[in-house]
Amino acid sequence: MSQPSEVTVDRVIDTSHMTVSDTDVAIEVIGMHKWYGDFHVLRDINLKVMKGERIVIAGPSGSGKSTLIRCINRLEEHQEGQIIVNGTELTADLKRIDEVRREVGMVFQHFNLFPHLTILQNLTLAPIWVRGIAKAEAEATAMHYLERVKIPEQANKYPGQLSGGQQQRVAIARSLCMQPQIMLFDEPTSALDPEMVKEVLEVMINLAEDGMTMICVTHEMGFARQVANRVIFMDQGQIIEQNEPQEFFANPQHERTKLFLSQILH
Amino acid sequence: MSISFVRSELVPAKPAPVRTSGVILWAQKNLFSTWQDTLFTLIAAAFLFWSLPPIINFLLPTIFGGSAIPPGETVEACRAPGAGACWNYIAARMNFFIYGFFPVDQLWRPNLVFALGALLIVPLMIPKVPFKRTNAILFFVVFPVISFVLLNGGYFGMRQVPTEQWGGLLVTLVISMVGITGSIPLGILLALGRQSKLPIIKTLCVMFIELWRAVPLITVLFMASVMLPLFMPQGTSVDKLLRALVGVTLFSSAYLAEVIRGGLQALPRGQYEAGASLGLSYWKSMIFIILPQALKHVIPGIVNTFIALFKDTSLVSIVGIFDLLNTVQSAASDAAWGSPTQAISGYLFAGFVFWVFCFAMSRYSMYMERRLDTGHKR
Repeated sequence: MSQPSEVTVDRVIDTSHMTVSDTDVAIEVIGMHKWYGDFHVLRDINLKVMKGERIVIAGPSGSGKSTLIRCINRLEEHQEGQIIVNGTELTADLKRIDEVRREVGMVFQHFNLFPHLTILQNLTLAPIWVRGIAKAEAEATAMHYLERVKIPEQANKYPGQLSGGQQQRVAIARSLCMQPQIMLFDEPTSALDPEMVKEVLEVMINLAEDGMTMICVTHEMGFARQVANRVIFMDQGQIIEQNEPQEFFANPQHERTKLFLSQILH
Repeated sequence: MSISFVRSELVPAKPAPVRTSGVILWAQKNLFSTWQDTLFTLIAAAFLFWSLPPIINFLLPTIFGGSAIPPGETVEACRAPGAGACWNYIAARMNFFIYGFFPVDQLWRPNLVFALGALLIVPLMIPKVPFKRTNAILFFVVFPVISFVLLNGGYFGMRQVPTEQWGGLLVTLVISMVGITGSIPLGILLALGRQSKLPIIKTLCVMFIELWRAVPLITVLFMASVMLPLFMPQGTSVDKLLRALVGVTLFSSAYLAEVIRGGLQALPRGQYEAGASLGLSYWKSMIFIILPQALKHVIPGIVNTFIALFKDTSLVSIVGIFDLLNTVQSAASDAAWGSPTQAISGYLFAGFVFWVFCFAMSRYSMYMERRLDTGHKR
């Protein structure tokens, strides 16, 4: 596990689009439990994410943070309770799972780009074959997002020729090409050199500024302070505490939260 | 002493030292660098000096100073004492080695098949040539049909040539081409099936693979040619060559499945997850993400299986099919060409033909590996 870090962006963050809807629910998790064999990894998770929320999930390793967001696009199966994404409840029904995955983008710790395809092909594969978009149009969209993550000149290279930070930005662009309504980030900066963390965070902040609904599992507490509207602290498979970032950092309530924060903040 | 250090000026890049090369330097470095090296170099040189000249003398025709008999000479030359390889015998029986008992007046048919095959496979194998999709359809779908019609006859006024009369290199190539092109899709499906989460499909694939891998190919061929007819109703018969084709294809697909499964397992789970998270269905993610990478990883293993398959085709001679090796073997008892070096000349020829094909496959696979590499190495 990487160390928690405090990278911040020294610029004014534009909050004009960062509005949380009062009525539109993006994700609802009700009484959800999950086991790996006999091990009870997620216990009674209840979480309601409104459209436009920017949530940071923090917690020690092994606390079930990644497992939780992987349940939201059904990379992991839950055994009890309900998960409703964009009004679609996740069950074993493959059609519904694909429906949810089309609308939920995910960024992984290890990027998971397709090494045998060029950057442009990485970005256009799903739009062409899942959404049925024409190749030229998909490529135009791809170039648009590559410009947004500031690496259009790498379009015809292979992932293996890019730095970690560039690869992660490509991975974010790849998800965005599907024009998702929700983005999940699973420790997006944990595998990066400190110098590259900032360039990836910058892209994530831009996304937040555009009003994207985001759930980020991350150790970037600076990002949590600057961008999140809610911080969730998990331990031993449970949500221990959640609050607005200012309150969360300044005034933690639970013993576990206090201990965790005292270890990572100086 | 202080450990503090600050560089005052940066060191500019300098050209690399001049590379030393040349025959003498190379020999000094690789052959004579120590006295042990020198000793082994001398021993090896002595061995080559002792063993090579007789071999060359045996293989090289008389006009180049050897003792082999060139094409055009009579059998008497081969019977003379000290005669080398009988290349005249090979040349005289070449048609038999290539076509078996195919009627001589109909040889244009297999020749046309050879020409068409070469015409289609060469552009298919050169990456720069366009129209790959059309080319692949022509080679994998249209070409087999045309080949069958041409070789078997019975249509368009061509007289029928039963498969018993096919032989030689023609049959070797037919079996290996059918085996290779048939076992790729079958092997992929079996490998995917073995990894499937659906228990029945998984069990069936495991059983199939384990069954075919557990029996020797000879047993398979024997079963196909001897046992199978016993179970068939009276009067029905399946062509002997067809039975061998099916046997060889199923046999090598089981091996291929395991090779491909190795490639599937080598892929990090993140690749499957990335595909899934983008909403790609199972088959789309297999076709566009998983298989291209998995197959690329196991090119050496796949080609290894194909080379083994190509050579194993010679086992069909056991069930009375006249492949290249069988024609060579039966020609060796031809008294009209009887001479001390008749048999060995034939086997040298057969070995050389097998080597050419296998070496070509091996080289091509190395070329593809380099070409498909998209990592830092390029």
